[in-house]
Amino acid sequence: MGAPLNLFDVATRAMSAQLVRMNAAASNLANAGSVAGSADEAYRPLRPVFGSELDAASGLSTVRVAGVYRSDAAPVRLHEPDNPLADANGDVWSAPVDESAEMVEMMESARQYQNMVEALSTAKQLMLETMRMK
Amino acid sequence: MPTSTNAGGLFGIHGAALELRSQRLGLLTSNIANAATPGFKARDLDFRAALDARLGGASADRATQSATLFRVPVMPSLDGNTVELATEQAAFAENAVAYSASLSFVRGKVESLTRALKGE
Repeated sequence: MGAPLNLFDVATRAMSAQLVRMNAAASNLANAGSVAGSADEAYRPLRPVFGSELDAASGLSTVRVAGVYRSDAAPVRLHEPDNPLADANGDVWSAPVDESAEMVEMMESARQYQNMVEALSTAKQLMLETMRMK
Repeated sequence: MPTSTNAGGLFGIHGAALELRSQRLGLLTSNIANAATPGFKARDLDFRAALDARLGGASADRATQSATLFRVPVMPSLDGNTVELATEQAAFAENAVAYSASLSFVRGKVESLTRALKGE
């Protein structure tokens, strides 16, 4: 338990959490369409889950990444006998990435990051005005 | 415990208001920060109640704590999060303007005092 949180800590942590979310969406998009030789080896989309953390000393709540989990969606089986990764049946497993869902995730994350920047700059401006008293 | 932010002090109601506006700024920033946190319950300050408590002699912490309420969402979401960005951003903007207003009252007080001291 360190010093009480201030507004800047709250905003920084929230922005870091959104960054983790954006990175996860980017990894998922990058792996869309990748195939593997078996269902176990196929790529599973990453899902960060946020948790809130209340700082009792200052009454502020900040965000932490409670964990990054693998989605349990089943990989899609494709019949591609020519693929060098194909098993004895000529099947490969493709990553179960929903591209539109990932794009929506990315946009939402970017919006929330922007909101935080906006709130931070307003708070900073008010603080500076109070400091200078002008 | 007479301090400069109490009703009888130098800045009158504006000192107390400025203090509580700053607390509310923190609460609203926490809400906006937690817009994507499952199960997070948005909180806000009942400003009138907090100001009454503060002017009645309560400490800033106690006044804030007694007047902090959970927000009732217009449409609850499935993950239990009650942050609605439109509401929070409107409240945030309103609070920032009110903070500026209180600040300019305080500044006016300081300026007139300075002028009186200098004898201009």
